[in-house]
Amino acid sequence: MSNSRSRFLPIAVVLLAMVALTGVGPVSSAATKSTKAKAKTKSTAATAARPISAPSSAPITVASMTAPATTVPTPPFAGSITVFAAASLTASFTEIAAAFEKTNPGVKVALSFAGSSTLVTQIQNGAPADVFASADTNNMDKLAKARLIDGIASMFTRNRLMIVVPRGNPLRVQSLGDLAKPEVFVGLGAVGVPVGDYAREISARAGIDVKPKTLESSVSAIVTKAALREIDAGIVYVTDVAIDDYRVDGIAIPDAQNVVATYPIASLAASKNAATAKGFVTFTQGTIAQSILAKYKFLALK
Amino acid sequence: MFFTLPLVALLVRAPWGSALDIVREPAIRESLRLSLVCSFAATALSFVFGVPLAWVQARMSFPGRSLLRSITTLPVVLPPVVGGLALLLALGRNGIVGRWLFDSFGVRLPFSTAGAIIAETFVSMPFLVLSMEGAFAGSDLRLEEAAATLGASRWAVLTRVTLPNLRPALIAAGVLCWARALGEFGATITFAGNFPGTTQTVPLAVYQAFETNPPAAIVLSLVLVAISLTVLVTLRHRLVGRA
Repeated sequence: MSNSRSRFLPIAVVLLAMVALTGVGPVSSAATKSTKAKAKTKSTAATAARPISAPSSAPITVASMTAPATTVPTPPFAGSITVFAAASLTASFTEIAAAFEKTNPGVKVALSFAGSSTLVTQIQNGAPADVFASADTNNMDKLAKARLIDGIASMFTRNRLMIVVPRGNPLRVQSLGDLAKPEVFVGLGAVGVPVGDYAREISARAGIDVKPKTLESSVSAIVTKAALREIDAGIVYVTDVAIDDYRVDGIAIPDAQNVVATYPIASLAASKNAATAKGFVTFTQGTIAQSILAKYKFLALK
Repeated sequence: MFFTLPLVALLVRAPWGSALDIVREPAIRESLRLSLVCSFAATALSFVFGVPLAWVQARMSFPGRSLLRSITTLPVVLPPVVGGLALLLALGRNGIVGRWLFDSFGVRLPFSTAGAIIAETFVSMPFLVLSMEGAFAGSDLRLEEAAATLGASRWAVLTRVTLPNLRPALIAAGVLCWARALGEFGATITFAGNFPGTTQTVPLAVYQAFETNPPAAIVLSLVLVAISLTVLVTLRHRLVGRA
Protein backbone atom coordinates (compact mmCIF):
# COMPACT_ATOMS: atom_id res chain seq x y z
CA MET A 1 0.00 0.00 0.00
CA SER A 2 2.73 2.45 0.98
CA ASN A 3 4.37 1.66 -2.32
CA SER A 4 1.36 2.62 -4.41
CA ARG A 5 0.69 5.72 -2.35
CA SER A 6 4.21 6.99 -2.80
CA ARG A 7 3.85 6.59 -6.54
CA PHE A 8 0.54 8.36 -6.70
CA LEU A 9 1.40 11.35 -4.53
CA PRO A 10 3.83 13.09 -6.90
CA ILE A 11 1.30 12.85 -9.70
CA ALA A 12 -1.35 14.42 -7.53
CA VAL A 13 1.01 17.24 -6.59
CA VAL A 14 1.87 17.89 -10.23
CA LEU A 15 -1.82 17.88 -11.14
CA LEU A 16 -2.70 20.38 -8.44
CA ALA A 17 0.20 22.61 -9.37
CA MET A 18 -0.87 22.66 -13.01
CA VAL A 19 -4.41 23.52 -12.08
CA ALA A 20 -3.17 26.35 -9.88
CA LEU A 21 -0.89 27.69 -12.61
CA THR A 22 -3.49 27.70 -15.32
CA GLY A 23 -5.97 29.53 -13.17
CA VAL A 24 -8.98 27.51 -12.19
CA GLY A 25 -11.90 26.80 -14.43
CA PRO A 26 -14.20 28.97 -16.47
CA VAL A 27 -12.14 32.14 -16.08
CA SER A 28 -9.26 30.90 -18.17
CA SER A 29 -11.41 29.16 -20.74
CA ALA A 30 -13.52 32.28 -21.21
CA ALA A 31 -10.36 34.28 -21.79
CA THR A 32 -9.12 32.02 -24.56
CA LYS A 33 -12.53 32.05 -26.19
CA SER A 34 -12.79 35.84 -26.33
CA THR A 35 -9.41 36.24 -27.98
CA LYS A 36 -10.43 33.70 -30.56
CA ALA A 37 -13.68 35.51 -31.18
CA LYS A 38 -11.92 38.82 -31.84
CA ALA A 39 -10.23 37.36 -34.85
CA LYS A 40 -13.37 37.47 -36.90
CA THR A 41 -15.84 40.18 -36.13
CA LYS A 42 -17.71 41.04 -39.25
CA SER A 43 -20.35 43.70 -39.33
CA THR A 44 -23.70 42.13 -39.99
CA ALA A 45 -25.47 45.21 -41.30
CA ALA A 46 -26.88 43.06 -44.03
CA THR A 47 -29.21 44.32 -46.65
CA ALA A 48 -32.13 42.16 -45.61
CA ALA A 49 -32.91 40.72 -48.99
CA ARG A 50 -35.57 38.16 -48.22
CA PRO A 51 -36.14 36.97 -44.73
CA ILE A 52 -37.17 33.35 -44.73
CA SER A 53 -39.77 31.99 -42.41
CA ALA A 54 -38.59 29.15 -40.22
CA PRO A 55 -40.50 26.75 -37.99
CA SER A 56 -42.47 28.75 -35.50
CA SER A 57 -40.79 27.46 -32.38
CA ALA A 58 -37.22 28.03 -33.50
CA PRO A 59 -35.84 31.22 -32.01
CA ILE A 60 -34.30 33.16 -34.85
CA THR A 61 -31.41 35.54 -34.61
CA VAL A 62 -32.02 38.01 -37.37
CA ALA A 63 -28.38 38.40 -38.27
CA SER A 64 -27.91 34.79 -39.28
CA MET A 65 -31.19 34.33 -41.02
CA THR A 66 -31.06 36.53 -44.07
CA ALA A 67 -30.72 35.26 -47.59
CA PRO A 68 -27.65 35.05 -49.87
CA ALA A 69 -24.65 37.17 -49.02
CA THR A 70 -24.06 40.38 -50.89
CA THR A 71 -20.70 39.50 -52.43
CA VAL A 72 -21.04 36.60 -54.82
CA PRO A 73 -17.79 34.63 -55.08
CA THR A 74 -16.64 33.94 -58.59
CA PRO A 75 -14.93 30.91 -60.07
CA PRO A 76 -12.45 29.50 -60.83
CA PHE A 77 -12.22 27.86 -57.41
CA ALA A 78 -9.26 25.79 -56.33
CA GLY A 79 -7.98 23.56 -53.58
CA SER A 80 -9.94 21.36 -51.27
CA ILE A 81 -12.72 22.08 -48.81
CA THR A 82 -14.38 20.08 -46.07
CA VAL A 83 -18.14 20.27 -45.82
CA PHE A 84 -19.89 19.29 -42.57
CA ALA A 85 -23.50 18.50 -43.37
CA ALA A 86 -26.56 17.26 -41.51
CA ALA A 87 -27.11 13.50 -41.71
CA SER A 88 -30.32 14.03 -43.72
CA LEU A 89 -28.20 15.57 -46.49
CA THR A 90 -26.02 12.47 -46.93
CA ALA A 91 -27.24 11.36 -50.35
CA SER A 92 -28.02 14.76 -51.83
CA PHE A 93 -24.80 16.44 -50.71
CA THR A 94 -22.68 13.55 -51.94
CA GLU A 95 -24.17 14.21 -55.36
CA ILE A 96 -23.97 18.00 -55.06
CA ALA A 97 -20.31 17.80 -54.02
CA ALA A 98 -19.58 15.64 -57.06
CA ALA A 99 -21.37 18.17 -59.27
CA PHE A 100 -19.39 21.01 -57.70
CA GLU A 101 -16.14 19.16 -58.36
CA LYS A 102 -17.20 18.55 -61.94
CA THR A 103 -18.09 22.23 -62.47
CA ASN A 104 -14.81 23.31 -60.90
CA PRO A 105 -12.02 21.00 -62.07
CA GLY A 106 -9.25 20.67 -59.51
CA VAL A 107 -11.50 21.30 -56.54
CA LYS A 108 -11.84 18.50 -53.99
CA VAL A 109 -14.76 18.36 -51.59
CA ALA A 110 -14.49 16.18 -48.49
CA LEU A 111 -17.78 15.45 -46.75
CA SER A 112 -18.59 14.62 -43.16
CA PHE A 113 -22.14 13.73 -42.19
CA ALA A 114 -23.57 13.49 -38.67
CA GLY A 115 -26.36 14.93 -36.58
CA SER A 116 -26.21 18.74 -36.84
CA SER A 117 -25.62 19.04 -33.09
CA THR A 118 -22.68 16.62 -33.26
CA LEU A 119 -21.17 18.68 -36.08
CA VAL A 120 -21.65 21.92 -34.15
CA THR A 121 -19.81 20.42 -31.17
CA GLN A 122 -16.98 19.34 -33.45
CA ILE A 123 -16.72 22.78 -35.07
CA GLN A 124 -16.80 24.49 -31.67
CA ASN A 125 -13.90 22.31 -30.68
CA GLY A 126 -11.83 23.24 -33.69
CA ALA A 127 -12.67 20.62 -36.30
CA PRO A 128 -11.22 21.77 -39.65
CA ALA A 129 -14.41 22.41 -41.61
CA ASP A 130 -14.97 25.03 -44.31
CA VAL A 131 -18.73 24.81 -44.75
CA PHE A 132 -21.52 23.81 -42.39
CA ALA A 133 -25.02 22.84 -43.52
CA SER A 134 -27.49 22.37 -40.69
CA ALA A 135 -30.93 20.78 -40.59
CA ASP A 136 -32.23 23.51 -38.33
CA THR A 137 -31.66 27.13 -37.47
CA ASN A 138 -30.94 26.44 -33.78
CA ASN A 139 -27.68 24.69 -34.47
CA MET A 140 -26.57 27.29 -37.01
CA ASP A 141 -27.41 29.97 -34.45
CA LYS A 142 -25.06 28.33 -31.95
CA LEU A 143 -22.19 28.81 -34.39
CA ALA A 144 -23.33 32.31 -35.33
CA LYS A 145 -23.39 33.35 -31.68
CA ALA A 146 -19.90 31.96 -31.20
CA ARG A 147 -18.80 33.98 -34.27
CA LEU A 148 -17.65 30.82 -35.94
CA ILE A 149 -19.38 31.40 -39.25
CA ASP A 150 -18.11 33.71 -41.96
CA GLY A 151 -20.65 36.45 -42.52
CA ILE A 152 -24.20 35.24 -42.42
CA ALA A 153 -25.92 31.93 -42.98
CA SER A 154 -28.35 31.56 -45.84
CA MET A 155 -31.17 29.13 -46.42
CA PHE A 156 -30.85 26.66 -49.26
CA THR A 157 -33.59 24.07 -48.89
CA ARG A 158 -36.54 22.86 -46.86
CA ASN A 159 -37.82 19.51 -45.72
CA ARG A 160 -40.89 18.01 -44.08
CA LEU A 161 -41.22 15.19 -41.61
CA MET A 162 -43.03 11.89 -41.67
CA ILE A 163 -43.46 8.76 -39.60
CA VAL A 164 -41.02 6.00 -40.47
CA VAL A 165 -41.92 2.36 -39.87
CA PRO A 166 -40.20 -0.93 -40.81
CA ARG A 167 -41.06 -2.18 -44.28
CA GLY A 168 -44.56 -3.63 -44.23
CA ASN A 169 -45.51 -1.65 -41.12
CA PRO A 170 -45.90 -4.69 -38.82
CA LEU A 171 -47.74 -2.82 -36.08
CA ARG A 172 -50.03 -1.02 -38.56
CA VAL A 173 -49.13 2.44 -37.40
CA GLN A 174 -51.56 4.81 -39.13
CA SER A 175 -51.16 8.20 -37.53
CA LEU A 176 -49.27 10.24 -34.98
CA GLY A 177 -51.73 9.09 -32.31
CA ASP A 178 -50.46 5.52 -32.68
CA LEU A 179 -47.00 6.63 -31.54
CA ALA A 180 -48.40 7.18 -28.06
CA LYS A 181 -49.48 3.53 -27.74
CA PRO A 182 -47.34 1.68 -25.21
CA GLU A 183 -46.77 -1.34 -27.47
CA VAL A 184 -45.27 0.82 -30.20
CA PHE A 185 -41.51 1.23 -29.69
CA VAL A 186 -40.65 4.72 -30.86
CA GLY A 187 -37.21 6.15 -31.64
CA LEU A 188 -36.67 9.90 -31.85
CA GLY A 189 -33.68 12.22 -32.15
CA ALA A 190 -32.05 13.33 -28.91
CA VAL A 191 -32.51 16.84 -27.53
CA GLY A 192 -30.60 19.27 -29.73
CA VAL A 193 -30.61 16.90 -32.70
CA PRO A 194 -32.83 18.74 -35.22
CA VAL A 195 -34.98 15.76 -36.19
CA GLY A 196 -35.69 15.14 -32.50
CA ASP A 197 -36.57 18.74 -31.77
CA TYR A 198 -38.87 18.86 -34.81
CA ALA A 199 -40.53 15.62 -33.68
CA ARG A 200 -41.18 17.02 -30.23
CA GLU A 201 -42.66 20.14 -31.82
CA ILE A 202 -44.93 17.96 -33.96
CA SER A 203 -46.13 15.83 -31.05
CA ALA A 204 -46.80 18.99 -29.03
CA ARG A 205 -48.85 20.36 -31.93
CA ALA A 206 -50.75 17.11 -32.26
CA GLY A 207 -51.29 17.03 -28.53
CA ILE A 208 -49.92 13.52 -28.14
CA ASP A 209 -47.57 12.21 -25.50
CA VAL A 210 -44.95 10.12 -27.24
CA LYS A 211 -42.70 8.13 -24.90
CA PRO A 212 -39.71 7.14 -27.02
CA LYS A 213 -37.61 4.11 -26.13
CA THR A 214 -34.43 5.53 -27.52
CA LEU A 215 -32.99 8.94 -28.39
CA GLU A 216 -30.63 8.72 -31.33
CA SER A 217 -27.87 11.12 -32.28
CA SER A 218 -28.85 11.48 -35.93
CA VAL A 219 -31.74 10.83 -38.28
CA SER A 220 -29.76 8.07 -40.01
CA ALA A 221 -29.62 6.07 -36.78
CA ILE A 222 -33.42 6.22 -36.45
CA VAL A 223 -33.96 5.04 -40.02
CA THR A 224 -31.46 2.19 -39.54
CA LYS A 225 -33.15 1.00 -36.34
CA ALA A 226 -36.52 1.08 -38.12
CA ALA A 227 -35.05 -0.88 -41.03
CA LEU A 228 -33.68 -3.46 -38.56
CA ARG A 229 -37.18 -3.63 -37.02
CA GLU A 230 -35.78 -2.75 -33.62
CA ILE A 231 -38.13 0.21 -33.38
CA ASP A 232 -41.72 0.15 -34.63
CA ALA A 233 -41.87 3.82 -35.55
CA GLY A 234 -39.92 7.03 -35.55
CA ILE A 235 -40.21 10.55 -36.87
CA VAL A 236 -37.75 11.41 -39.64
CA TYR A 237 -37.54 13.56 -42.75
CA VAL A 238 -39.58 12.79 -45.85
CA THR A 239 -36.29 12.63 -47.75
CA ASP A 240 -34.90 9.83 -45.56
CA VAL A 241 -37.90 7.62 -46.23
CA ALA A 242 -37.60 8.37 -49.95
CA ILE A 243 -33.96 7.19 -50.06
CA ASP A 244 -34.52 4.07 -47.97
CA ASP A 245 -37.93 3.12 -49.35
CA TYR A 246 -36.71 -0.41 -50.02
CA ARG A 247 -36.33 -1.09 -46.30
CA VAL A 248 -38.70 1.33 -44.57
CA ASP A 249 -42.17 2.73 -45.17
CA GLY A 250 -43.40 6.22 -44.45
CA ILE A 251 -46.69 7.56 -43.17
CA ALA A 252 -47.50 11.16 -43.93
CA ILE A 253 -48.07 13.66 -41.14
CA PRO A 254 -50.94 16.09 -41.86
CA ASP A 255 -49.88 19.66 -42.68
CA ALA A 256 -51.68 21.00 -39.64
CA GLN A 257 -49.30 19.10 -37.38
CA ASN A 258 -46.21 18.94 -39.55
CA VAL A 259 -43.36 21.38 -39.41
CA VAL A 260 -41.16 22.66 -42.20
CA ALA A 261 -37.49 22.15 -41.52
CA THR A 262 -35.44 24.97 -42.99
CA TYR A 263 -31.80 24.21 -43.79
CA PRO A 264 -29.22 26.98 -43.43
CA ILE A 265 -25.71 26.81 -44.84
CA ALA A 266 -22.65 28.97 -44.14
CA SER A 267 -18.96 29.09 -44.77
CA LEU A 268 -16.93 29.02 -41.58
CA ALA A 269 -14.73 31.73 -40.16
CA ALA A 270 -11.83 29.35 -39.64
CA SER A 271 -11.81 28.23 -43.28
CA LYS A 272 -8.42 28.36 -44.97
CA ASN A 273 -10.09 28.32 -48.37
CA ALA A 274 -12.81 30.92 -47.93
CA ALA A 275 -13.31 31.62 -51.64
CA THR A 276 -14.06 28.01 -52.53
CA ALA A 277 -16.10 27.56 -49.35
CA LYS A 278 -18.27 30.52 -50.32
CA GLY A 279 -18.42 29.21 -53.86
CA PHE A 280 -19.83 25.93 -52.55
CA VAL A 281 -22.40 27.76 -50.42
CA THR A 282 -23.57 29.69 -53.48
CA PHE A 283 -23.54 26.51 -55.55
CA THR A 284 -26.07 24.85 -53.21
CA GLN A 285 -28.51 27.61 -54.10
CA GLY A 286 -27.97 27.32 -57.83
CA THR A 287 -30.04 25.38 -60.34
CA ILE A 288 -27.84 22.26 -60.46
CA ALA A 289 -27.87 21.73 -56.69
CA GLN A 290 -31.52 22.66 -56.38
CA SER A 291 -32.55 20.09 -58.96
CA ILE A 292 -30.52 17.44 -57.13
CA LEU A 293 -32.24 18.38 -53.87
CA ALA A 294 -35.64 18.27 -55.58
CA LYS A 295 -34.84 14.79 -56.86
CA TYR A 296 -34.40 13.67 -53.25
CA LYS A 297 -37.78 15.23 -52.34
CA PHE A 298 -36.45 18.31 -50.60
CA LEU A 299 -38.75 21.34 -50.94
CA ALA A 300 -37.61 24.42 -52.80
CA LEU A 301 -37.41 27.65 -50.87
CA LYS A 302 -40.57 29.68 -51.07
CA MET B 1 2.48 13.59 -19.18
CA PHE B 2 0.57 12.04 -22.07
CA PHE B 3 -1.87 10.43 -19.65
CA THR B 4 -2.19 13.27 -17.19
CA LEU B 5 -2.73 16.09 -19.70
CA PRO B 6 -6.31 15.15 -20.69
CA LEU B 7 -7.12 14.77 -17.01
CA VAL B 8 -5.68 18.19 -16.27
CA ALA B 9 -7.76 19.63 -19.13
CA LEU B 10 -10.90 18.21 -17.57
CA LEU B 11 -9.99 19.69 -14.21
CA VAL B 12 -9.10 23.07 -15.68
CA ARG B 13 -12.30 23.36 -17.70
CA ALA B 14 -14.59 22.00 -15.00
CA PRO B 15 -17.34 24.38 -13.91
CA TRP B 16 -16.43 24.06 -10.23
CA GLY B 17 -18.99 26.63 -9.12
CA SER B 18 -21.95 24.71 -10.45
CA ALA B 19 -20.51 21.19 -10.21
CA LEU B 20 -22.62 20.22 -7.21
CA ASP B 21 -25.81 21.52 -8.80
CA ILE B 22 -25.07 19.53 -11.95
CA VAL B 23 -24.51 16.31 -10.01
CA ARG B 24 -27.80 16.94 -8.23
CA GLU B 25 -29.76 17.25 -11.49
CA PRO B 26 -32.28 14.40 -11.72
CA ALA B 27 -31.18 13.36 -15.22
CA ILE B 28 -27.54 13.18 -14.17
CA ARG B 29 -28.31 11.28 -10.98
CA GLU B 30 -30.47 8.90 -12.98
CA SER B 31 -27.55 8.10 -15.27
CA LEU B 32 -25.24 7.58 -12.28
CA ARG B 33 -27.75 5.26 -10.64
CA LEU B 34 -28.23 3.34 -13.87
CA SER B 35 -24.49 3.05 -14.40
CA LEU B 36 -24.00 1.57 -10.94
CA VAL B 37 -26.89 -0.87 -11.36
CA CYS B 38 -25.75 -2.02 -14.79
CA SER B 39 -22.05 -2.29 -13.98
CA PHE B 40 -22.65 -4.31 -10.80
CA ALA B 41 -25.16 -6.54 -12.57
CA ALA B 42 -22.68 -7.07 -15.41
CA THR B 43 -19.95 -7.92 -12.88
CA ALA B 44 -22.23 -10.39 -11.10
CA LEU B 45 -23.09 -12.07 -14.41
CA SER B 46 -19.42 -12.15 -15.30
CA PHE B 47 -18.60 -13.94 -12.02
CA VAL B 48 -21.35 -16.49 -12.54
CA PHE B 49 -20.30 -17.35 -16.08
CA GLY B 50 -16.74 -16.11 -16.22
CA VAL B 51 -15.18 -17.92 -13.27
CA PRO B 52 -16.25 -21.41 -14.42
CA LEU B 53 -15.18 -20.50 -17.95
CA ALA B 54 -11.77 -19.39 -16.71
CA TRP B 55 -11.45 -22.62 -14.70
CA VAL B 56 -12.28 -24.71 -17.75
CA GLN B 57 -9.79 -22.81 -19.86
CA ALA B 58 -7.03 -23.07 -17.28
CA ARG B 59 -7.48 -26.59 -15.95
CA MET B 60 -9.02 -28.75 -18.61
CA SER B 61 -7.36 -29.76 -21.77
CA PHE B 62 -9.57 -30.56 -24.70
CA PRO B 63 -9.47 -30.04 -28.45
CA GLY B 64 -10.45 -26.52 -29.41
CA ARG B 65 -9.27 -24.98 -26.16
CA SER B 66 -7.20 -22.33 -27.88
CA LEU B 67 -10.12 -21.53 -30.16
CA LEU B 68 -12.39 -21.13 -27.13
CA ARG B 69 -9.75 -18.93 -25.55
CA SER B 70 -9.57 -16.72 -28.65
CA ILE B 71 -13.33 -16.37 -28.79
CA THR B 72 -13.68 -15.42 -25.14
CA THR B 73 -10.85 -12.92 -25.49
CA LEU B 74 -12.16 -11.40 -28.70
CA PRO B 75 -14.30 -8.67 -27.08
CA VAL B 76 -11.13 -7.27 -25.48
CA VAL B 77 -9.71 -6.34 -28.86
CA LEU B 78 -12.98 -5.87 -30.76
CA PRO B 79 -14.24 -2.28 -31.05
CA PRO B 80 -17.22 -2.17 -28.67
CA VAL B 81 -19.43 -0.73 -31.44
CA VAL B 82 -18.80 -3.88 -33.44
CA GLY B 83 -19.73 -5.90 -30.38
CA GLY B 84 -22.94 -3.91 -30.07
CA LEU B 85 -23.77 -4.41 -33.72
CA ALA B 86 -23.13 -8.14 -33.42
CA LEU B 87 -25.33 -8.30 -30.31
CA LEU B 88 -28.08 -6.44 -32.18
CA LEU B 89 -27.95 -8.90 -35.06
CA ALA B 90 -27.96 -11.82 -32.61
CA LEU B 91 -30.27 -10.70 -29.83
CA GLY B 92 -32.18 -7.80 -31.38
CA ARG B 93 -35.86 -8.26 -32.05
CA ASN B 94 -35.06 -9.28 -35.60
CA GLY B 95 -31.82 -11.03 -34.65
CA ILE B 96 -31.12 -14.71 -35.18
CA VAL B 97 -31.86 -15.60 -31.54
CA GLY B 98 -33.64 -12.40 -30.59
CA ARG B 99 -36.44 -13.09 -33.06
CA TRP B 100 -37.19 -16.36 -31.29
CA LEU B 101 -36.93 -14.73 -27.85
CA PHE B 102 -39.46 -12.12 -28.95
CA ASP B 103 -41.87 -14.47 -30.71
CA SER B 104 -41.87 -17.08 -27.96
CA PHE B 105 -41.50 -15.03 -24.81
CA GLY B 106 -42.11 -11.44 -25.89
CA VAL B 107 -38.60 -10.63 -24.67
CA ARG B 108 -37.18 -7.56 -26.30
CA LEU B 109 -33.65 -6.81 -25.19
CA PRO B 110 -32.71 -3.65 -27.13
CA PHE B 111 -33.85 -0.44 -25.42
CA SER B 112 -34.12 -2.21 -22.07
CA THR B 113 -31.91 -2.09 -19.00
CA ALA B 114 -31.36 -5.83 -19.45
CA GLY B 115 -29.95 -5.02 -22.88
CA ALA B 116 -27.55 -2.49 -21.39
CA ILE B 117 -26.41 -5.08 -18.84
CA ILE B 118 -25.85 -7.66 -21.59
CA ALA B 119 -23.82 -5.19 -23.63
CA GLU B 120 -21.66 -4.36 -20.61
CA THR B 121 -21.23 -8.04 -19.73
CA PHE B 122 -20.20 -8.85 -23.30
CA VAL B 123 -17.44 -6.27 -23.19
CA SER B 124 -16.27 -6.67 -19.58
CA MET B 125 -16.46 -10.40 -18.85
CA PRO B 126 -13.37 -11.24 -20.94
CA PHE B 127 -11.28 -9.12 -18.58
CA LEU B 128 -12.45 -11.26 -15.66
CA VAL B 129 -11.94 -14.47 -17.59
CA LEU B 130 -8.43 -13.48 -18.64
CA SER B 131 -7.22 -12.57 -15.19
CA MET B 132 -8.94 -15.52 -13.50
CA GLU B 133 -7.52 -17.93 -16.03
CA GLY B 134 -4.07 -16.66 -15.15
CA ALA B 135 -4.83 -17.05 -11.47
CA PHE B 136 -6.13 -20.61 -11.84
CA ALA B 137 -3.13 -21.56 -13.93
CA GLY B 138 -0.73 -20.04 -11.43
CA SER B 139 -2.27 -21.41 -8.24
CA ASP B 140 -0.54 -24.17 -6.35
CA LEU B 141 -1.96 -27.50 -7.43
CA ARG B 142 -0.29 -29.35 -4.56
CA LEU B 143 -2.70 -27.82 -2.05
CA GLU B 144 -5.64 -29.13 -4.02
CA GLU B 145 -4.04 -32.54 -4.40
CA ALA B 146 -3.41 -32.65 -0.66
CA ALA B 147 -7.05 -31.83 0.01
CA ALA B 148 -8.15 -34.50 -2.44
CA THR B 149 -5.96 -37.17 -0.84
CA LEU B 150 -7.49 -36.21 2.50
CA GLY B 151 -10.86 -37.20 1.06
CA ALA B 152 -12.33 -33.90 -0.02
CA SER B 153 -14.73 -34.02 -2.95
CA ARG B 154 -14.00 -32.00 -6.07
CA TRP B 155 -16.62 -29.46 -5.08
CA ALA B 156 -15.18 -29.19 -1.57
CA VAL B 157 -11.71 -28.69 -3.02
CA LEU B 158 -12.99 -25.92 -5.24
CA THR B 159 -14.98 -24.06 -2.60
CA ARG B 160 -12.73 -24.72 0.41
CA VAL B 161 -9.27 -24.62 -1.10
CA THR B 162 -9.03 -23.25 -4.64
CA LEU B 163 -11.35 -20.27 -4.45
CA PRO B 164 -10.33 -19.06 -0.96
CA ASN B 165 -6.72 -19.15 -2.08
CA LEU B 166 -7.61 -17.06 -5.08
CA ARG B 167 -9.57 -14.45 -3.16
CA PRO B 168 -7.20 -11.59 -3.98
CA ALA B 169 -7.25 -12.58 -7.64
CA LEU B 170 -11.04 -12.78 -7.62
CA ILE B 171 -11.29 -9.29 -6.15
CA ALA B 172 -8.82 -7.85 -8.64
CA ALA B 173 -10.53 -9.55 -11.58
CA GLY B 174 -13.93 -8.37 -10.38
CA VAL B 175 -12.75 -4.79 -10.05
CA LEU B 176 -11.16 -4.79 -13.47
CA CYS B 177 -14.35 -6.22 -14.97
CA TRP B 178 -16.54 -3.75 -13.09
CA ALA B 179 -14.43 -0.77 -14.12
CA ARG B 180 -14.64 -1.84 -17.76
CA ALA B 181 -18.42 -2.28 -17.47
CA LEU B 182 -18.77 1.14 -15.86
CA GLY B 183 -17.00 2.82 -18.76
CA GLU B 184 -18.76 0.86 -21.50
CA PHE B 185 -20.14 3.04 -24.29
CA GLY B 186 -20.03 1.67 -27.82
CA ALA B 187 -21.76 -1.65 -27.35
CA THR B 188 -24.38 -0.13 -25.07
CA ILE B 189 -25.42 2.70 -27.40
CA THR B 190 -25.44 0.40 -30.42
CA PHE B 191 -27.27 -2.52 -28.87
CA ALA B 192 -29.34 -1.00 -26.08
CA GLY B 193 -29.96 2.46 -27.49
CA ASN B 194 -29.97 5.65 -25.49
CA PHE B 195 -32.78 6.62 -23.17
CA PRO B 196 -32.54 8.29 -19.76
CA GLY B 197 -33.51 5.92 -16.97
CA THR B 198 -33.44 2.72 -19.03
CA THR B 199 -30.25 2.59 -21.05
CA GLN B 200 -28.51 5.96 -20.75
CA THR B 201 -25.55 5.16 -18.52
CA VAL B 202 -22.98 7.80 -17.56
CA PRO B 203 -20.77 7.40 -20.65
CA LEU B 204 -23.82 7.82 -22.89
CA ALA B 205 -24.97 10.80 -20.86
CA VAL B 206 -21.50 12.31 -21.25
CA TYR B 207 -21.67 11.84 -25.01
CA GLN B 208 -25.08 13.49 -25.25
CA ALA B 209 -24.32 16.25 -22.76
CA PHE B 210 -21.22 17.14 -24.75
CA GLU B 211 -23.55 18.33 -27.51
CA THR B 212 -26.19 20.03 -25.43
CA ASN B 213 -24.62 20.88 -22.07
CA PRO B 214 -20.81 20.70 -22.14
CA PRO B 215 -20.28 21.71 -18.46
CA ALA B 216 -22.43 18.76 -17.39
CA ALA B 217 -20.38 16.49 -19.67
CA ILE B 218 -17.19 17.62 -17.93
CA VAL B 219 -18.60 17.14 -14.44
CA LEU B 220 -19.90 13.68 -15.31
CA SER B 221 -16.54 12.77 -16.81
CA LEU B 222 -14.81 13.83 -13.63
CA VAL B 223 -17.20 11.74 -11.56
CA LEU B 224 -16.24 8.73 -13.69
CA VAL B 225 -12.55 9.59 -13.36
CA ALA B 226 -12.91 9.92 -9.58
CA ILE B 227 -14.67 6.58 -9.24
CA SER B 228 -12.17 4.78 -11.45
CA LEU B 229 -9.14 6.40 -9.78
CA THR B 230 -10.39 5.56 -6.30
CA VAL B 231 -10.86 1.94 -7.23
CA LEU B 232 -7.57 1.64 -9.09
CA VAL B 233 -5.50 3.41 -6.45
CA THR B 234 -6.95 1.24 -3.69
CA LEU B 235 -6.28 -1.96 -5.60
CA ARG B 236 -3.22 -0.99 -7.53
CA HIS B 237 -0.78 -3.24 -5.73
CA ARG B 238 -3.10 -6.18 -6.30
CA LEU B 239 -3.61 -5.50 -10.00
CA VAL B 240 0.02 -4.86 -10.72
CA GLY B 241 1.56 -7.16 -8.13
CA ARG B 242 -0.10 -10.32 -9.39
CA ALA B 243 0.16 -9.78 -13.10
